[in-house]
Amino acid sequence: MNSFPWLTTLLVIPVVAAVVVLAVPRRFATLAKQITLVVTLVEFGLALLATIAYEPSRAGFQFAQKYSWIRQFGVSYSVGADGISLVLILLATLLVPVVVLASWDEVTGPAPAAAARAARAADPGGAAAGPAAGVVSRRSVPAFFALLLVLEAGMVGVFAATDVFLFYVFFEAMLIPMYFLIGSYGAVKEQAQRSYAAVKFLLYSLFGGLLMLAAVIGLYVVSADQLGTGTFDFATLRQLDITPGVQKLLFLGFFIAFAIKAPLFPFHTWLPDAGAQSPTGGAILLVGVLDKVGTFGLIRYCIPLFPKASSYFAPMVLALAVIGIFYGALLAIGQRDMKRLVAYTSLAHFGFIAMGTFALTSQGGTGAVLYMVNHGLSTGLLFLVVGFLVARRGSRDVSAYGGMARVTPVLAGVFLIAGLSSLALPGLNSFVSEFLVLVGTFTRYRALAIVATCGIVLAAVYILYLYQRTMTGPLVGEQARGVLDLSLREKIVVAPVVVLIIALGVYPKPLINIIRPTVTATFEDAGHTDPAPTIPVNASQAGGHS
Amino acid sequence: MSTVPMSRVPTHPAAVPMVTRYAMPHEPHYASATGIFSVMWLLLVLPLAGAAILLLGGRRTNRWGHLLATAAAATSFVVALLLFFALLGRSGDDRAVSQHLFSWIPVNSFQVDAGLLFDQLSALFVLLITGVGTLIHVYSIGYMAHDPARRKFFAYMNLFLASMLLLVLGDNFLVLYAGWELVGLSSYLLIKFWEDRPAAATAANKAFYMNRVGDVGLALAVMFMFATVGSTNFDTVFGAAAAGVIGYGTLTAIALLLLLGACGKSGQFPLQAWLPDAMEGPTPISALIHAATMVTAGVYLIARANPIFTETQAARTVVVIIGAGTILIGCVIGCAYDDIKKVLAYSTVSQIGYMFLAVGLGPAGYALGIMHLLAHGFFKAGLFLGAGSVIHAMNDEQDMRKYGALWRLMPVTWATFGICYLAIIGFPPLSGFFTKDKIIEAAFDKGGTSGYLLGSAALLGAGITAFYMTRLFLMTFHGERRWSDKGPRAVHPHESPRVMTGPMIPLAIGAAVAGGLFVLGGSVQNWLAPVVGESAEEGVHTMSPVVLTALTLLVAAGGFAGAYLRYQLRPVEAVAPPDAEVGLVTVAARHDLYANTFNEAVFMRPGQYATRFLVWLDTVGVDGAVRGSAAAVGGLSGRLRRTQTGFVRSYALSMLGGAVLVVGALYLVKVG
Repeated sequence: MNSFPWLTTLLVIPVVAAVVVLAVPRRFATLAKQITLVVTLVEFGLALLATIAYEPSRAGFQFAQKYSWIRQFGVSYSVGADGISLVLILLATLLVPVVVLASWDEVTGPAPAAAARAARAADPGGAAAGPAAGVVSRRSVPAFFALLLVLEAGMVGVFAATDVFLFYVFFEAMLIPMYFLIGSYGAVKEQAQRSYAAVKFLLYSLFGGLLMLAAVIGLYVVSADQLGTGTFDFATLRQLDITPGVQKLLFLGFFIAFAIKAPLFPFHTWLPDAGAQSPTGGAILLVGVLDKVGTFGLIRYCIPLFPKASSYFAPMVLALAVIGIFYGALLAIGQRDMKRLVAYTSLAHFGFIAMGTFALTSQGGTGAVLYMVNHGLSTGLLFLVVGFLVARRGSRDVSAYGGMARVTPVLAGVFLIAGLSSLALPGLNSFVSEFLVLVGTFTRYRALAIVATCGIVLAAVYILYLYQRTMTGPLVGEQARGVLDLSLREKIVVAPVVVLIIALGVYPKPLINIIRPTVTATFEDAGHTDPAPTIPVNASQAGGHS
Repeated sequence: MSTVPMSRVPTHPAAVPMVTRYAMPHEPHYASATGIFSVMWLLLVLPLAGAAILLLGGRRTNRWGHLLATAAAATSFVVALLLFFALLGRSGDDRAVSQHLFSWIPVNSFQVDAGLLFDQLSALFVLLITGVGTLIHVYSIGYMAHDPARRKFFAYMNLFLASMLLLVLGDNFLVLYAGWELVGLSSYLLIKFWEDRPAAATAANKAFYMNRVGDVGLALAVMFMFATVGSTNFDTVFGAAAAGVIGYGTLTAIALLLLLGACGKSGQFPLQAWLPDAMEGPTPISALIHAATMVTAGVYLIARANPIFTETQAARTVVVIIGAGTILIGCVIGCAYDDIKKVLAYSTVSQIGYMFLAVGLGPAGYALGIMHLLAHGFFKAGLFLGAGSVIHAMNDEQDMRKYGALWRLMPVTWATFGICYLAIIGFPPLSGFFTKDKIIEAAFDKGGTSGYLLGSAALLGAGITAFYMTRLFLMTFHGERRWSDKGPRAVHPHESPRVMTGPMIPLAIGAAVAGGLFVLGGSVQNWLAPVVGESAEEGVHTMSPVVLTALTLLVAAGGFAGAYLRYQLRPVEAVAPPDAEVGLVTVAARHDLYANTFNEAVFMRPGQYATRFLVWLDTVGVDGAVRGSAAAVGGLSGRLRRTQTGFVRSYALSMLGGAVLVVGALYLVKVG
């Protein structure tokens, strides 16, 4: 089964489907949606099969394929999966069908029948159908779904690439569909802010990408210097013996690109804008998956390629990480725009991920990778629920809500589950990863972990304060009375995410078993071993009879 | 690929026989669960399944949901009884049975299993939780009969039971922590049960936040344990602690962090302020969570971690100071409130202070703390259910100044409440008499000045308890009636239905006899000895026990007499006298001794300012700097270019702020 080209298949399917969907005439919009849904479901099924076929105990890349692409520069199309990239591919392919179903009516507004139903259920004033229903969009539905498919291919490619240049190509290529998703399909009434957010996102990412390109070329030069012929092959590059000075320079090139992408404090200011202006589906994929390319890059590229520089810069990264935890949390507490709020909570979570990664312990690293998956699920669900609210009431402003739990109890329940996952309640997915990150950091940087742990209080504040203002208390707004609870489609959208949030909290072992060997090997190759308990086993046996 | 000798980093738990790592006298030994004990997991899963069915089933389960939830709780109680008797049937040193469920978080040397431990200590807690819990479920069938969301209420109550059982059954500190936080969630859900009341939603949030402050302590303690001994399992950690291989500083740090967690959950100083606010929840919840079970979790934690606390005198000193201080804080505030539930809430704060004082005394007091906890579970649950019955009868009025002369109208409530009231003030031979007396005695027996101080505080507390509880009892049931059955605010007090009075009777019986059963013959002390160690039997007494008992009774009688003179022989005003007419202490007590004022001034407002400042900084400063420079290079918009000079200043400011942050954080990394 391992000889099957899993990764190439996963790459090609969405590209082909995108072409097909784009060719669908606009009056058959539903057909485009249906094709996209089926294709993305098949894609997820294949990714799941690949995960089953993956052998965690085997070292190195699996499902590897390599074909020369630009022979003169040693660029090749080479893909492969390890424990880290595999779980992220799984996350991406899971979230895309969720997003497709969640975006079913977002581009065009609800179908006429649904809008009429909503209007009938509303109070006699008739204002409750929601502003989205009244907008007759001229946005192309097939193009929207084609963009999602292209984006999916980009996400699979960026995680699967084992050639640094190919990684760079996917890294940049992902920007294009995302740019159009924000700029053309973002917040309906806010044309100016929307294009501003899209341009800002693009400029930031291009700037980071440029630095990374320089570092990628630098790597090529070093490899040409040491091996005779230059290469971009990741496995070959990590064998190089790069001098500490050069390592530091190249590390910074990669790091800044990833720190913008993730983003880490202080490279984050594009995220709240992009998160707020994206369509719901775009925001989920942007924060849930695309940002993970940054944190993925830290552990996949920065640490193995530049082990000495990683140790050198680790204190700096940890410092930025812990600042991000508090900075993101405090800013989230202070937000009035729900989507910006969720974006800022992610800044805090990326702080945890970076901290776990650069604690350079197997617990911290495993926790960080698991955190990437869990954050995708919890923040994805938060964006979904906020999207449902906005679709019903047309406002992202917290103060426009209040007492919604009474009219939409199911929505409120899902909101609470997403929030509890975000604040890392035990029994839910994020707790496992957050505790691993903290305990993995604690064994090496005690004071830092103690301070970071205090951040969990702020997490409780930003989530429950948001919940309190939107869901509890007296009902705000007369038209809120007629708002409908989750529809069957919306329940189907959230159900798998909710189930996973609980399942991965109770039984995370299957994922941990995939992630742990790769992370452990990555750190050991870079020369980092876990600190032993301060009371070694042998010493305690020899001494200590009280 | 690996360059590390694998022997240093055990990759699998089986490679390291954890139990036999430390050879020491009190090494815990857990038998694996066989026979009847293999159904241990049912204890948890029954209420959990109840909650899941009710929440997922939605409106379809409205008709029978409350019955299902009650049945789940009752069945769990039956299982607990079966396991308890099975435990009785085993020999004294073989009464710790653990059940391994599955591997929860396995990452190289960090191996945490989902495992349960049923031993002498957890058995008592399981019986209390499921027993009292079941009674409160039955009571709620009546109390919540007319609430449209009754199904959800029962779902949350079942969830609470499951969380609490996880807390006391976990066989390692991380599973305990999971139960700990889930208990916090359940209480949050139940406090905000009437969530369209803003006060309820605010109280729920406050409870969760303050609990989380405590949770930070517990989480850090768990991390400390792993970093020190490489495990979070009870047996390994306790083995190492008892063997004396953990440094005194580390041990004390772990103990103090555990104590922080305990204070959060148990409403002890300085984290007591959430508990009175939590009375916004329906009254059965106050009985279940804020009297009988959840708030005793801190006492459980300290008693469970007794091998750690026994080894660190410094941490135990902090525990007894907090305990003794909280006894008095609770008592003093309890005298000032007129809201019947608030008085009972502060009474709980104060009674748990007694338990903290006891467990802080070390081996002499662990069992005493648990005994008082169990007795308190009966009488405080009885008091809250009685209060609920009164509130129910008085159309949700909670102000005792609007009560009076109810005893004839509500005979069952009066009788059961009366027994529980006598039990809490230590009237012989009811349970409080035995269990509180023992704690006061043990405090004096600590010896030295500290013994006298602690003993006196506990003694004084007994007197004030008698005062405010008598005040509550008389204002509610006796004296003149201060309500009317005519006019716009008419009430028609009546005895509650049998489904509500029924559960109050066994609680009153328990409140009457439990203390005597526990103390006489040292039954609970002997039962718990394998877990918490032998208490020094009949050691040196500072004061003769008989004299001390007489003294305690005298002080309590003084408190009773004071309240009787003031609230029975003189009429009670229907409206509380304004602040200007009462003493300074009363004013301070009415304001919770300014705990909320302090929290708001020191944490909340600075936090709000910091948040507002950062929001401004992030939009104008960090972002503005980037936009400003982009605009300067001919970038985004002309409007930006015009205001660019403004950005320069904020740019400088944000650079400075950022530099300070980074330097501070770097320093943190270096010390770590």
